[in-house]
Amino acid sequence: MDQQKPDLAQLNTDLRAAIDVAAGLDALDAVRVHALGKNGVVTGLLKTLGKMSPEERQVEGPKINGLRTEIAGAIDSKKAALEADLLTTRLSSETLDLSLPPKEMPKGSIHPVSQVMDELAEIFADLGFAVATGPEIEDDWHNFTALNIPETHPARAMHDTFYFGEDQQRDGQPMMLRTHTSPVQIRTMTSEKPPIRIIAPGRTYRSDSDATHTPMFHQVEGLVIDRNIHMGHLKWTLETFVKAFFERDDIVLRLRPSYFPFTEPSAEVDVGYSLKDGKRIIGGDPTKEDGGWMEILGSGMVNRRVIEACGLDPDEWQGFAFGCGIDRLAMLKYGMDDLRAFFDGDLRWIKHYGFSVLDVPTLSAGVGA
Amino acid sequence: MKFTLGWLKEHLDTDADLDTVLETLTAIGLEVEGVENPGEQLGEFRIAKVISAEKHPNADKLQLLKVDTGSGDPVQVVCGAPNARAGMVGVFAGPGTYVPGIDVTLGAAKIRDVESFGMMCSERELELSDAHDGVIDLGDEAAADVGESYVSWAGLDDPVIDIAITPNRQDCMGVYGVARDLAAAGLGTLKTLQVTDITANIPCSIEIRTDDPEGCPAFFGRSVSGVSNTASPDWMQKRLRAIGQKPISALVDITNYIMIDHGRPLHVYDRAKLGKAIFARKAQDGERVTVLNGKSYTLDPSITVIADENAVHDIGGIMGGEHSSVQPETTDIVIECAYFTPERIALTGQKLGLMSDARARFERGVDPAFLNDGLAIATQLVLDICGGEASIKVEAGAPPLETSAVAYDPELCATLGGLSVPIDKQRASLEALGFTVKGDGPFAVSVPSWRRDIVGAPDLVEEVLRLEGLDAIPSVALPRADGVATPTASPEQKRERKVRRAAAARGLNEAITWSFIPEAEAALSGESPWILANPISEDMKVMRTSMIPGLAAAAKRNADRGAASIRLFEIGRRYLAEDERPTLGLILAGAQDARHWQGGGAPFNVYDAKAEILALLDAAGAPTANLQLFGDASPIYHPGRSGRLCLGPKKTLAEFGELHPATLKALDLGGPVMAAELYLDAVPMGRASGHMRPAFAPPALQGVKRDFAFLLDSDTLAGDLLRMVSGADKQTLVDARIFDIFTGKGVEDGKKSVAIEVTLQPGEKSFTEEELKAISDKVVKAAEKAGGMLRG
Repeated sequence: MDQQKPDLAQLNTDLRAAIDVAAGLDALDAVRVHALGKNGVVTGLLKTLGKMSPEERQVEGPKINGLRTEIAGAIDSKKAALEADLLTTRLSSETLDLSLPPKEMPKGSIHPVSQVMDELAEIFADLGFAVATGPEIEDDWHNFTALNIPETHPARAMHDTFYFGEDQQRDGQPMMLRTHTSPVQIRTMTSEKPPIRIIAPGRTYRSDSDATHTPMFHQVEGLVIDRNIHMGHLKWTLETFVKAFFERDDIVLRLRPSYFPFTEPSAEVDVGYSLKDGKRIIGGDPTKEDGGWMEILGSGMVNRRVIEACGLDPDEWQGFAFGCGIDRLAMLKYGMDDLRAFFDGDLRWIKHYGFSVLDVPTLSAGVGA
Repeated sequence: MKFTLGWLKEHLDTDADLDTVLETLTAIGLEVEGVENPGEQLGEFRIAKVISAEKHPNADKLQLLKVDTGSGDPVQVVCGAPNARAGMVGVFAGPGTYVPGIDVTLGAAKIRDVESFGMMCSERELELSDAHDGVIDLGDEAAADVGESYVSWAGLDDPVIDIAITPNRQDCMGVYGVARDLAAAGLGTLKTLQVTDITANIPCSIEIRTDDPEGCPAFFGRSVSGVSNTASPDWMQKRLRAIGQKPISALVDITNYIMIDHGRPLHVYDRAKLGKAIFARKAQDGERVTVLNGKSYTLDPSITVIADENAVHDIGGIMGGEHSSVQPETTDIVIECAYFTPERIALTGQKLGLMSDARARFERGVDPAFLNDGLAIATQLVLDICGGEASIKVEAGAPPLETSAVAYDPELCATLGGLSVPIDKQRASLEALGFTVKGDGPFAVSVPSWRRDIVGAPDLVEEVLRLEGLDAIPSVALPRADGVATPTASPEQKRERKVRRAAAARGLNEAITWSFIPEAEAALSGESPWILANPISEDMKVMRTSMIPGLAAAAKRNADRGAASIRLFEIGRRYLAEDERPTLGLILAGAQDARHWQGGGAPFNVYDAKAEILALLDAAGAPTANLQLFGDASPIYHPGRSGRLCLGPKKTLAEFGELHPATLKALDLGGPVMAAELYLDAVPMGRASGHMRPAFAPPALQGVKRDFAFLLDSDTLAGDLLRMVSGADKQTLVDARIFDIFTGKGVEDGKKSVAIEVTLQPGEKSFTEEELKAISDKVVKAAEKAGGMLRG
């Protein structure tokens, strides 16, 4: 066989030159077809290997295969380079004005009263208090009589009660909107066996409307019935609660003798405040010039008559009760100054004073948000 | 109750200063609500004498005074008062003095070109009274005191103390009782009350009796003839005025004074206006009387009145009648000092809606042992001030004098009050308060007549504690269980909290709206509401039976303020005839979102409400996949765009929809507005199953998706088709969703095409063609049951 041997080096040089100058992927592909396609020049050379003698093949095989590998590699790298160029070009035309504001998810919120109720539940749960509830439309017995406020009691006149008409009596009893959360004491003591530890937050109503009173407001009642509970426990519980709620240790309470028909002895409780930036802040030294006392709750030892009215033996069971305005607690802690705004539903107010859904009060993170 | 420090010291011998008095009052339960010293702002006003008075050169009505102020040369003062004259002694304010009545701090001024260095003052300028006819004329006797402080000269620097009296402490509705309490607290000595016996020889000019011993067990009284009802003396006027009572006439002022001084209401009648007898009796049905407030009241037999044989003259223990009230020309009087049964007074007062100082005292129970003293004090004051001759006292009936005795174990102070107080100290405290204490271990305590509120041992604990001071009680930790606190929230409470936060997480803002709404709005929901007998206004007349009106009103207020997108929710109660049902209400008004360059600002539609309510039902633990939809939601909704989500036709878990145009109109609200209610207590509570979840391992093979299109009658619910398809093969069909609804070309009239994508989950091996075919057949069959025909 006297066939002229192909000049592999020359071919290599030519093909590489063609690859180099290929300006786009299409041109490069043409080079690939020309070299490595079915009828390509390198493919053609590979086909000649079959006809060679083994000795010849041993010499020529690696050369031709080497050429193919080299050319294929060159095409791949050129392809990668071309693709990179293309991507760069494409990306450079794809810029966006990222200063534009994106769409926002609507942001919801929790009302301060709900938030504070959650805070109260959290604090008192740690002290073993469950949360109890009762109806807001109450009968005379639960709202007054069982609480040692008979019909002729002067305290009735002070309650500014909302009544329902005679045609809406139940079991012959006048019905009214509860004037306090205290009837939940009665409902708990008549349905559960002591020992009892509950708080009862909820809506309460009095026929009163001015800058600091709304006809509907929120109270929380506390009740402990057990053996050997005395006023020292009441004092400790209130101190512990107030410190936990306002998250300050330097809070002092002052108990003043007072009167509630359903407790005896009774005490009103003042909390010491100090002045910061013109605002009253709970805590600090109330005896300093800019400090003072403000009343925050009423309390006392549950009156024997009330315990008796609930069918319990007052010689065996005694305990304390307290009641406190939730709206006021919220105002003192979070700084709102208009009670009426609580019940207006003004989104501007709600978004300012409301709480994020993630502000779940916990003991480990603190109950305040 | 208001009184002055000077008045208090009339009964209390004490060196204590004002601050100590105030602190002690609050500490023993007589809460100080305010203290004011009217003299404080008048400290710079001096007594001065007018040396000469001449006409102002440039003004007819002004005078030029030379005034001796007691220091330095006389000063020139321009004065417009007609009564200013040479030699007059009055009250002078120099430059730099603040004059409260005109709210001005004086400077040297030129009035009509003449310099004036201060002013002579009227009572109104000092805020002592409304008198402004001329400047104060102190009379010649003041001339010796020129230069002295006017307030101390006039005794005006007597601080006025205002205390809150709790309903149990009628004994402190008089200055004397307050003094007694302070003395018991160690603040001085209670002065013994001097009551002189009235010597009289003439018989009472009128018959006095009680025909209603139940309502008025005791009616003491007497007549006084020949009185002169002039003005009351200065000292009395000063005190009454200091506490805000307007002096009227000597006789009226005397009764008011004794009421404040001793908590003892009295009444004085003009004898000339009465008949032969005056007596307490039950009122007759429909009887009327006009009383001193100028109003007329209709009475009934539950009310005790004081009457003569002709007419009613007094609503017993509450307010005197106009007709027989004393006048300046009155010369003969009858003084009434009665005991009215507290419960009766309370009921009468409530029934008539009539409050008075007398009622406040009688309904709390005045001291039944003080009738004779009260009458004697009043008679003496009348004789001293008005002259005349008193008759013999008449005592009709008898007050309930029996005193109660309380068994008291002093240990209770520690076991109930939390404070250990030595027995002797307890005894001393109780005795200082007027109790009689017998025994050494358990005491037998008899209660003084003026402490009707003391009925049991705990009351005595309070008496001891308040004198010790509640601050003395040491705090004692409430016993607590070992270890971490156990959860206390009930499943319902946990659910409510979860739903609340789920709503907020979805972008809803929590509101709290009034529980009461206008009657017309309650009517919209078709339930009959609880109706308040004494609403604060017509807008707050009935209890809501639906959450929607209150939320809609809030939405309207927000829209009126320019809010573009309103999402509100509330968790509260609906007040139905039989019970109060915890409910979440929500309202979506305005645009879904703000206008945005990527699109936005579209109005809410009913599917937004459905999305919210389904998400919240899910948060509440409702089986949302199993809920049935009924089209008959309450009438506040658009009938074609609302529904009830139910478990069975009667158990409604939620309602949602677009508000009915009539509702919008009634609420004056621009639409469309979407709303929904979730009845929290209707959602079945899942059984507690502990913390363990059902076993689960993600399947190894990928799910297979297949699309189907069905033809349905256009009024057939696509949701029913979807539910049937979803249940076609419980083994493999894990999801089915509608991805297209089409009507128009290719779909005959009256039909719609519903395209559903189902996801089939293979088990351990991939589906064979036969298996897939079998499942598809099941899907088609199931669809047929819902009226869906596979599109060819």
